[in-house]
Amino acid sequence: MENNAFYVALSLLLNLDASLFQIVALSLQISLLAVLIAAVLGFPLGAAVAIWRFPGRGGMIVALNALMGLPPVVAGLMVYLLLSRAGPLGEWGLLFTPGAMIFAQVVLVLPILAALSRQKVEELLGEYREQFVSLGMSHSRMMPTLLWDARFALLTVLLAGFGRASAEVGAVMMVGGNIDGVTRVMTTSIVLETGKGNLPLALGLGIVLLTLVMLINAGAYLVGELTRRRVG
Amino acid sequence: MTAFQVPRLASSILSPSPELCFKDVSFSHEDKVLLGPCSFTLKGAGPTLVMGPNGAGKSLLLRLSHGLLLPTQGQITWSGEIRPRQAMVFQQPVLLRRSAVANLIHALAVNNVPRRERVKLAHDALERFGLTACCNTPARVLSGGEQQRLTLARAWVLSPQVLFLDEPTSALDPAAIKAVEAAVHEFHQRGTRIVMTTHDLHQAKRLAGDILFLSGGKVREHSPAEAFFEKPVSREAQAYMAGELVE
Repeated sequence: MENNAFYVALSLLLNLDASLFQIVALSLQISLLAVLIAAVLGFPLGAAVAIWRFPGRGGMIVALNALMGLPPVVAGLMVYLLLSRAGPLGEWGLLFTPGAMIFAQVVLVLPILAALSRQKVEELLGEYREQFVSLGMSHSRMMPTLLWDARFALLTVLLAGFGRASAEVGAVMMVGGNIDGVTRVMTTSIVLETGKGNLPLALGLGIVLLTLVMLINAGAYLVGELTRRRVG
Repeated sequence: MTAFQVPRLASSILSPSPELCFKDVSFSHEDKVLLGPCSFTLKGAGPTLVMGPNGAGKSLLLRLSHGLLLPTQGQITWSGEIRPRQAMVFQQPVLLRRSAVANLIHALAVNNVPRRERVKLAHDALERFGLTACCNTPARVLSGGEQQRLTLARAWVLSPQVLFLDEPTSALDPAAIKAVEAAVHEFHQRGTRIVMTTHDLHQAKRLAGDILFLSGGKVREHSPAEAFFEKPVSREAQAYMAGELVE
């Protein structure tokens, strides 16, 4: 019985295992905060690329699209080099802290949010452009209107970003270091437990992680559907 | 119905209607001349109805006049020192993904109407166009007729000196067409210069003060409505009126 992953997952939850809850809470904090920061930066960036015409715009779109597939370990390595003592941001002393993990996840999620929101906003702009020009709107005035009117599409984009953040392990492992009680999150624990041969625990953690991601997605879907029905 | 208050941005005098002057204007795309060269002046009371077969360049003429497109050659000028306030109603209503009233408030906001005046102006306009009941309804679930009335209400709150309408009734049923025509009439009464395209001869007869007839990208005739419907001068307009196929 103790070797059954579902049993392990259930007993972890039912016993209100303190260390488990700390790990889960840290995972959620890091991923949600990273997605939030990436959204604050990425949505306006995506909208700006959609609205303005400037030299190098095509190259920027290609770069953003390509960076959606940035391997987490590469992002982790870049952030590691930036934050390491000898690196340009070494003074911040962020390496092997949750802050470094958020940094790395922002790097991973930002291109996804920017590239996908660029596409959504551009579609919407195609529909609205003449009306906007007719209303005498400047490009910078178009941005908030477009972002608000694309809100349902952007919610899905946000979920894609959150999926990326919560699922990746390479970057947070490299810059966080998987330190027990400090930078240990669900994915790094799973790697660790698998390495130790504690497969039921690793699987149990995996089930908890999946359930959480599922719940957050279901919640976002419900909120989106309810408002969509109301707003049309 | 409460008296409509002209918003602050309309505090300048509404009349006389600004005059629109096309001087040797042409518009080309990929070396193909789609409109012009044409020269005419829209003055007098109007409303001006732009008529002609499909592909004659009616919509293009409206977009050039409104400044959505720039002419390849020639000049488009308005009488007066500053460019007059303008609005345009499109064939397919373009509405934001928010409630009817929020659509009007947005238009007021981008035109820098003070925040505290926006809600009242928006509600007054909704009432004027018979949309009070749909105030909080998402604009995009309104019927086609209601949507077009909402775009007219949006134009109304901006109190334009010139209103362009690009076949605003082509997708509407007779009752909705009547409501749009009544609205156009009200704009006209308020001193707004109306420039509207239509396919519908009867509609043109009901509304027009003068007719601008286009075919093949050229202005073939510009005459007072009565004279035009009595006896069009140009061969193209004669053929069009007789129901023949015109290029």
